[in-house]
Amino acid sequence: MTFIYPTDSNKAHPLPLSPDYKSSIKRAPNKPLIPMRHTLSELTGPVYGHETVREGDNDLTRQHSGEPLGERIIVHGHVRDEDGRGVPSSLVEIWQANSCGRYVHVRDQHPAPLDPNFTGAGRTVSDASGYYRFVTIKPGAYPWGNHHNAWRPAHIHLSVFGHSFVTRLVTQMYFPADPLFPFDPIFNSVPDEKARARMVSSFDLENTQPEWALCYRFDIVLRGKNATPMENH
Amino acid sequence: MQESGKPNGITPSQTVGPFFKYGLTPTGEYAWNDAFTNSTLTPDVTGDRVRIEGRVFDGDGVAVPDCMLEIWQADAQGRFADPQDKRALPNASFRGFARCGTDKDGNYAFETIKPGAVPDPDGKPQAPHILVAVFGRGMLRHLYTRIYFSDEADNSADPVLSLVPADRRATLIAVREAGKSVYRLDLRLQGDNETVFFDI
Repeated sequence: MTFIYPTDSNKAHPLPLSPDYKSSIKRAPNKPLIPMRHTLSELTGPVYGHETVREGDNDLTRQHSGEPLGERIIVHGHVRDEDGRGVPSSLVEIWQANSCGRYVHVRDQHPAPLDPNFTGAGRTVSDASGYYRFVTIKPGAYPWGNHHNAWRPAHIHLSVFGHSFVTRLVTQMYFPADPLFPFDPIFNSVPDEKARARMVSSFDLENTQPEWALCYRFDIVLRGKNATPMENH
Repeated sequence: MQESGKPNGITPSQTVGPFFKYGLTPTGEYAWNDAFTNSTLTPDVTGDRVRIEGRVFDGDGVAVPDCMLEIWQADAQGRFADPQDKRALPNASFRGFARCGTDKDGNYAFETIKPGAVPDPDGKPQAPHILVAVFGRGMLRHLYTRIYFSDEADNSADPVLSLVPADRRATLIAVREAGKSVYRLDLRLQGDNETVFFDI
């Protein structure tokens, strides 16, 4: 199948400059981006399969000698294109804070405990239908210095590749009905309410494992439409 | 929350944030392995081996220590390691992709090969170039730019460089150090000599 990547789809993304998110002020270009036609360089992309991922890399609760503290969760869903088709064999990388809202990163100085049994990084490859699945710990909210009493809503960072270099996506998955949504300039950097909703996972009772873990569903929709849709049939 | 059925749009981008290093570029500093390195080189790769290095600066000219760059490029014959490139297969193990986090002084470096020419949509050759995606704290979506090479005569005819105002083209051209296979290109996210970024 040949894909096309209309740049109109990019309107779902935040603008580079979002002044309420202070770090964007000195890191957003002043000049407009230069439009160009996609060439083979843009229309192709890195292909990484199962050799990139070790067994168990999608279970963040089993990377150390003991189990991490916190609420064990399953996060799963499909990587899809704009037509809703599954995107197979796409590398999905995640990283996140621990259940107390503390990152293992050396520069995170939030006075909450580190968990010796939790690093907070994982990866997997979507299967032939685009399906992916992680087991992890629900991350905590944490404070940051953007403004007075600023707190990030709980989130998991995701990095996804897709069919081409223009489908590359780094985003954050949020949890349903977080009371911090109205106050978070990163979440609200996405101008359209419907687009913001696409960053919020849904609680999945059907796939919640009794006596073991709550489940959240998160579908990741990448750019890409069928160049030759079957119409008028 | 997400709706079921056909998507009503793509998933929006969010910043990579300041704390991606342990997940995406741990390079031995964290209890996690690297999926990628800053090198595309494989034992059987053919072509001219080059190092591309530089620094990343913000709008105040301050080095950006928490930036991640990714590159995507063709092999020395101008072929991509992707089945969607229907031309002859590239070097057997060459993947054409690498990732590098900036250090505390904003430095990045890639070890790779100089790519061959890739056709544009009209079949006209583009000068050798590498695609770059730039991620960082403060960047709500990654930015796309290109790296060209100062010692390529074909730059003047490149259809993409031609779209760029002449006085900004130098921000896309890595300069070869005399007598070495090393090219330097600094990226400026904002302000004077702001790097050209593409709307793709």
